[in-house]
Amino acid sequence: MPGKLKVKIVAGRHLPVMDRASDLTDAFVEVKFGNTTFKTDVYLKSLNPQWNSEWFKFEVDDEDLQDEPLQITVLDHDTYSANDAIGKVYIDIDPLLYSEAATVISGWFPIYDTIHGIRGEINVVVKVDLFNDLNRFRQSSCGVKFFCTTSIPKCYRAVIIHGFVEELVVNEDPEYQWIDRIRTPRASNEARQRLISLMSGELQRKIGLKVLEMRGNAVVGYLQCFDLEGESGLVVRAIGTACTLDKLSSPAAFLPACNSPSKDMKESPLVHPPSHGCRSTHNSPIHTATGSRLTQNFSVSVPTLIYTGMGSGSAGKEGGPFKALLRQQTQSALEQREFPFFTLTAFPPGFLVHVGGVVSARSVKLLDRIHNPDEPETRDAWWAEIRQEIKSHAKALGCHAVVGYSESTSICEEVCILSASGTAAVLNPRFLQDGTVESCLEQRLEENLPAGCGFCHIPYDELNMPFPAHLTYCYNCRKQKVPDVLFTTIDLPIDATVIGKGCLIQARLCRLKKKAQAEANATAISNLLPFMEYEVHTQLMNKLKLKGMNALFGLRIQITVGENMLMGLASATGVYLAALPLPGGIQIAGKTPNDGSYEQHVSHMQKKINDTIAKNKELYEINPPEISEEIIGSPIPEPRQRSRLLRSQSESSDEVTELDLSHGKKDAFVLEIDDTDAMEDVHSLLTDVPPPSGFYSCNTEIMPGINNWTSEIQMFTSVRVIRLSSLNLTNQALNKNFNDLCENLLKSLYFKLRSMIPCCLCHVNFTVSLPEDELIQVTVTAVAITFDKNQALQTTKTQVEKSLQRASTDNEELLQFPLELCSDSLPSHPFPPAKATSVDYSSFADRCSSWIELIKLKAQTIRRGSIKTTVTVEKASPMNEGNFRNRSAPPCANSTVGVVKMTPLSFIPGAKITKYLGIINMFFIRETTSLREEGGVSGFLHAFVAEVFAMVRAHVAALGGNAVVSYIMKQCVFMENPNKNQAQCLINVSGDAVVFVHESELEVVSSQPPTANCQSSCPGGDVTT
Amino acid sequence: MTNELDIFVGNTTLIDEDVYRLWLDGYSVNDAVALRVRSGILEQTGATAAVLQSDTMDHYRTFHMLERLLHAPPKLLHQLIFQIPPSRQALLIERYYAFDEAFVREVLGKKLSKGTKKDLDDISTKTGITLKSCRRQFDNFKRVFKVVEEMRGSLVDNIQQHFLLSDRLARDYAAIVFFANNRFETGKKKLQYLSFGDFAFCAELMIQNWTLGAVDSQVDDMDVDLDKEFLQDLKELKVLVADKDLLDLHKSLVCTALRGKLGVFSEMEANFKNLSRGLVNVAAKLTHNKDVRDLFVDLVEKFVEPCRSDHWPLNDVRLFLNQYSASVHSLDGFRHQALWDRYMGTLRGCLLRLYHD
Repeated sequence: MPGKLKVKIVAGRHLPVMDRASDLTDAFVEVKFGNTTFKTDVYLKSLNPQWNSEWFKFEVDDEDLQDEPLQITVLDHDTYSANDAIGKVYIDIDPLLYSEAATVISGWFPIYDTIHGIRGEINVVVKVDLFNDLNRFRQSSCGVKFFCTTSIPKCYRAVIIHGFVEELVVNEDPEYQWIDRIRTPRASNEARQRLISLMSGELQRKIGLKVLEMRGNAVVGYLQCFDLEGESGLVVRAIGTACTLDKLSSPAAFLPACNSPSKDMKESPLVHPPSHGCRSTHNSPIHTATGSRLTQNFSVSVPTLIYTGMGSGSAGKEGGPFKALLRQQTQSALEQREFPFFTLTAFPPGFLVHVGGVVSARSVKLLDRIHNPDEPETRDAWWAEIRQEIKSHAKALGCHAVVGYSESTSICEEVCILSASGTAAVLNPRFLQDGTVESCLEQRLEENLPAGCGFCHIPYDELNMPFPAHLTYCYNCRKQKVPDVLFTTIDLPIDATVIGKGCLIQARLCRLKKKAQAEANATAISNLLPFMEYEVHTQLMNKLKLKGMNALFGLRIQITVGENMLMGLASATGVYLAALPLPGGIQIAGKTPNDGSYEQHVSHMQKKINDTIAKNKELYEINPPEISEEIIGSPIPEPRQRSRLLRSQSESSDEVTELDLSHGKKDAFVLEIDDTDAMEDVHSLLTDVPPPSGFYSCNTEIMPGINNWTSEIQMFTSVRVIRLSSLNLTNQALNKNFNDLCENLLKSLYFKLRSMIPCCLCHVNFTVSLPEDELIQVTVTAVAITFDKNQALQTTKTQVEKSLQRASTDNEELLQFPLELCSDSLPSHPFPPAKATSVDYSSFADRCSSWIELIKLKAQTIRRGSIKTTVTVEKASPMNEGNFRNRSAPPCANSTVGVVKMTPLSFIPGAKITKYLGIINMFFIRETTSLREEGGVSGFLHAFVAEVFAMVRAHVAALGGNAVVSYIMKQCVFMENPNKNQAQCLINVSGDAVVFVHESELEVVSSQPPTANCQSSCPGGDVTT
Repeated sequence: MTNELDIFVGNTTLIDEDVYRLWLDGYSVNDAVALRVRSGILEQTGATAAVLQSDTMDHYRTFHMLERLLHAPPKLLHQLIFQIPPSRQALLIERYYAFDEAFVREVLGKKLSKGTKKDLDDISTKTGITLKSCRRQFDNFKRVFKVVEEMRGSLVDNIQQHFLLSDRLARDYAAIVFFANNRFETGKKKLQYLSFGDFAFCAELMIQNWTLGAVDSQVDDMDVDLDKEFLQDLKELKVLVADKDLLDLHKSLVCTALRGKLGVFSEMEANFKNLSRGLVNVAAKLTHNKDVRDLFVDLVEKFVEPCRSDHWPLNDVRLFLNQYSASVHSLDGFRHQALWDRYMGTLRGCLLRLYHD
């Protein structure tokens, strides 16, 4: 019994009226953990009860501490009938279990009811006394830190990055149990919420155990997802990257570690158990349940793509031997692992050596009831299969690792598409293993890998390429070969040399499919998938060329399955990498060149396309420096692209059939407009409107080319559902509808956020779902960040110079580097002079009363001295706007106390994260039977999303934090039944609760060159590139 | 293709001041969109009408959700659902409780009951303010009235504390509550020339000097109800006009002091007894509720109109009223000096404010 959980119920406020007669409530609270329940006294007749309870103490196993949520139920006492529940609060006490995170959870939590939403708040204090038995500690996985952030968290240093951890647990979905027919919707929702909370806890604990087994102490890039498989059950699965992290408490503590990294590594000896380093615990071969239906093991594997920019090229000579050596090395480090995957998207400098390209795999499966929740082999086997495929794709690209790895599913009825994707890469083995690496080799390697372009160099052997590729000498170092286009799923490496700014590029696609059952359906889907992949790829290529850019980062392709259609949405951030060749244009060719008017039309289109490219180059400031022709040969390489499709069957994954991705034998960028389809394609290329001036958008962490962020951020979620007219649905009409939906949504966002100009929408994350036959739902979460326009007007020239300079001075800076390790990448900015003096999160009431004071004070300031009441109608409005705004500016900045910022990024502009408090992972269900009364579907969902934000903020504040970073809304499942006046929505969000301090409030020694404050500020420390 | 569902939720709640104004003014979403289009916003931002429609709907939904909280502004500050910077919260509250001059003049002094609420249709037609906006303003008056009606302590402070209004707006609401409670008649035709500001000014003086709170700050309703005892005592002032000697003496004191200083001296001299009788009789009548209600009608009839018909300049009115009040101190036979000062001090202020075209 290694832990004692202590809970105190302090007070409630704004409770709903439960007794119509008195307009009051007789509230009391039940506190439940595991199977133990405590109750407070009934506080009679009050909407703001003061319970001030004793400390309720639960003596529990640490296993339970990890799995179970603390459940607090507020009820209205009723003498004659059953007590009515007002609502509940679930508190995940996991953050209290690791020593560095929060020590107490204390604050006001919204009381949540799945039918009524938030109904008042309750003030709770939670503490955990863990027995100081470190051995016990080690046996459960208490103490393993979890981060959603997909880079090494600020204020930590990665000692070793161990690799992939994954786990899944399955259960029956309470919504589909027989008992659901007789219980209330509320009971069923609560059963579901509780079950998922339990399963998440269990999953996290199991992952933690694996991490400990690998001798790690943290999971970075932790991504947990739910698959609501309906009748067949509920799957909670998670992936992450196990690491050994060192807290950067003070520069002094860090310095020795930095100077002698090998010693440091020896201190935490790394043992990779040879065969099961990161293996699933249920890794038995495919299991065939006895008596199962024939469909049990039905699965169709889908051809998968390897994206790289390719063409034909000559072999390079210098790079070869190094690559071979490097490969050997990394191989030894990685081949011991079953899956050399990393969920990280940003890396310590030097970690990423080469990037091969995007690898992805999809598989269509038929769902069947999970017979035994304790033996989730089927699901495990499915994923193992896909991962195997990814691994072999990476190998084909000459890479031993996959970075920026993620997994997703799309489920419709009994069909499920499993997808996995990542970026094949060659990694520096030093981070993966302790110091067996010969240092001389490293030296040579590093000398030959110039900063800013090294990662672009092809990892595969030119003489023995897995596919025909168009290679040129790197435009930066001129020594190594690079492809003409590069697609990746990771963030832009910080040392990459980029010309101009980047932009969000999306490919959107719909395909109708016949409604079908079971196998027929799965077959139909898997037949469609390769065509979708192909078209999405072509669209991305075309759009990239149209923007005059040559690389995609953060690529995420989502294929969604519905009853009668498939949707594909790919988002990525396009950039112009200085190391890659200039992209060629797009040429249009007509099939019937004899027809005069037709030819005219074609040339008109061609002109339009050329104009667009020129305009885009100007817009994104892409002016690559002139390059002397002798070196490159031809300044503009022939626009040519040949991609190849690697097809594999899951039944025989080693047998690889190949599919040519290019348009037959023609040049890929000659678009033939010989039929309406092609016309549509060209049109759709041109319909994408660039964001209004002052706006930029990207789906990566930060926008390439902008580095002077100011501190204003606005995170938002926007959801849109459109109903398609069911008449004459064609692929074209569908495509247009979908395209319009996305474009209009973006336009709306730009309009709504216009007051923040100049600003950039970062981490724009689109999710598509098809809740019903004719409905398309798009959910967008992103953050708008303002930046300083004046400083943004850097010419590309200086940027290039700067990065070159950085490369040359890297070594010197490295010595100073540790001193600046915790600082953000962002230059400090003049900040509003007012500062939040003391931050006391436990006393929310104080905070609010001070707000009242503040408002009153301000209101008085506004009106002081003007006794005369205004006469005209216009002036009767009580305040002079200009005056109001001017005066209120300082108090506004002052009130940052109590504000909880949320952002999908891993950092907060203009601020420094000083502490990670733990992971936030919350799941909510909201249901209504009075949809019209709540303002229809929009009113219902608007309120729910706002409530979810509120609950996240409250939990963070209670942990003592003031922000959530790496926030994502992983799921937003919305179902409506307007005829019954009903709707239901499930939302799952996660993120890292942190404490941040504004840079202006830190006495930062700014003597360091700004280049040292690189974005991932906790590098391996010793690596130069 | 129709948007089934369309929402935008920011971590910091977005408040568009222009849309908020339109919402407060009671425009429907479509009207608001039309008005925004007319404002030229489409040209400025390059947005489409559909974008504007969606944006407006979204803001309206937010305001609708906020409205419940605005009914009890401290709730807006304590709630956790909408993260709004304090400056924006203050703006939301202040604008929500702001009212139209035209509207307040219609309901000032009326009982804030269902009956009056039924008349809102007419008021809306008459003033051109949308019915929705009229309802909001009326409900605001009523809500504030209900909350502070029976409360101890300063009326303005109470309003500020419970509704977090600016000092100015809280004073205006104090006047509205005071007028509603005492049901002063303000709608008569001869009072039409007076603005809400005029009445609010008088209300403030009366609250300061004529209510229970003026003598004892620890009573319930202190600022809302007039001091009944004081009103009873005012009958004693009648002697100033009933006693002929006293009246003559008063007149001669005033005339001596003002001779040569007043442009309208002869008119004043001729009218003195009428004016004095008017002012003293108003005081004496205040024992009856009905006459209290007619206070402003009486003041205008008995003092403002006679002076105005003789074209008294405002400065002469001021000189006269000062002298008229002060001279009473020299009347040896008059024993109610304190009472007179409490009455006349306030009345003088009110009359000066009421005296304009």
